[in-house]
Amino acid sequence: MNTTWRLLRPALREAVRGRWLIGVAIGLALVGELLLRFAGSGVSSLVSLLDVVLILVPLAGLVVGTMQVHHARELIELLLAQPIRRTRLFAGLWLGIALPLAVALALGLVTPFAVHGMLVGALAGRVMMLVLVAILLAFISTAFAFVIALRQDDRVRALAVALGAWLVTAILWDGVALAIAMLFGTRPIEGPLLAMLALNPVDIARVLLLLGSDTAAMLGASGAVLARTLGGVRGQLMLGLLLVAWVVLPVWWSARTFARKDF
Amino acid sequence: MIAMQGVRKRFGARVVLDGLDVTLHRGRVTVLVGPNGAGKTTLLKLVLGLARPDAGTIAVGDHLLDGTPDYRAAIGYMPQIARFPAHQTGRELLAMLAALRAEATAPDLTLADAFGLGEQFDRPLGVLSGGTRQKVNAVLAFAFRPTLVILDEPTAGLDPLASAVLKDRLAVERARGTTVLVTSHVLAEVEELADDILFLSEGRATWQGGATELKRRTGTATLERAVARLLGGGAALAVA
Repeated sequence: MNTTWRLLRPALREAVRGRWLIGVAIGLALVGELLLRFAGSGVSSLVSLLDVVLILVPLAGLVVGTMQVHHARELIELLLAQPIRRTRLFAGLWLGIALPLAVALALGLVTPFAVHGMLVGALAGRVMMLVLVAILLAFISTAFAFVIALRQDDRVRALAVALGAWLVTAILWDGVALAIAMLFGTRPIEGPLLAMLALNPVDIARVLLLLGSDTAAMLGASGAVLARTLGGVRGQLMLGLLLVAWVVLPVWWSARTFARKDF
Repeated sequence: MIAMQGVRKRFGARVVLDGLDVTLHRGRVTVLVGPNGAGKTTLLKLVLGLARPDAGTIAVGDHLLDGTPDYRAAIGYMPQIARFPAHQTGRELLAMLAALRAEATAPDLTLADAFGLGEQFDRPLGVLSGGTRQKVNAVLAFAFRPTLVILDEPTAGLDPLASAVLKDRLAVERARGTTVLVTSHVLAEVEELADDILFLSEGRATWQGGATELKRRTGTATLERAVARLLGGGAALAVA
């Protein structure tokens, strides 16, 4: 834990001085502010903000995370040359990327609602849920970024893989699900669609946040099936657990890759 | 002392080190020489544990490398490229390393003083010139009083004065009994620094010994010609 903290402190300092995370927080806060002013109600602003989060967080986590790991290559080699176990180094290095992003997301999402005095009642719970899901997505995408950067020594190729992963998970996935639903609409396709949902954390996040609300139209094809199949609380609980599992998997994978890699 | 026996390392289909058997002795400066891709940096990284051999054994002092990291407390490492976090200062980077290593004593900053780093050591690394960053890189390598120093192209980017300061420091370390392992392409520097030259070619050590002996064995007047002779098929010289 000490090693992790000793790495985390300078990483947080670097993130603050680097300013881009402050930019993420301010940008999100501005978007939130605009939505609150013009979207009519807190709930509809939150739904619009969800779409921003589902696009922005995986993009920031994957692309910026990959670039950060590549930029830190020499530092990582210097750290690996110290008398410290790789597993401890990994925890500090990954959290050094994931935590500043998580803090920036939390600040950017909460601030406009707090300024408008909307962090009360049911809306406060939904805002916190959005923040929690955004943080989980940040953890997942930065862990995948670590894997990509460690497995692709070429920086340009790594960036291309990160962008490709973002494109598939955040943009194309639900379109494919929708196409399957339309193509096989007359047959029972709940199973395949639920499997597709489980395979994409961005899709899980979308459905988790919209399930139980009056916004079924935004659930997408796989989400609509899930809403019909599982219903409210049970479905949310299952999806929440699934999303947490999606944090564990890439973190384990990136830790394993880091432990075994020849630098 | 570093002892490598039967060390083999490949990256994909490319064999970088092919059954390397070498011993590097305490208190000597060994300079690794060889063409690009000969395996010099790979050898350094294997000793540091940054990469693992596919076969063979490596011992640093009494420690047989097995994945445990403690032996690296005795090592000072200067990577070839000093691209560290742009918004950290050299002093902050040093403090981070000291904290990670749980160093009980204050870092040795005599090299920073000798370089005349002064307030540059407290400025963000991103605003420093490449040469100044390389000086910080060197300071970090010597800061924790290592008994084994590993330097990858240490004078690349340094001005002649800083280069001389670093070479003086290496002479001091040698006198203290520190083992020094360096890679360099600058043959004048090799001749100046090396107690032993370890010439790598196609993953094997084709020469290990002094520069004078190498010139004598190759029948050449300069180290440049001796190395050219090694490159041109002088593998028959074998390890001295």
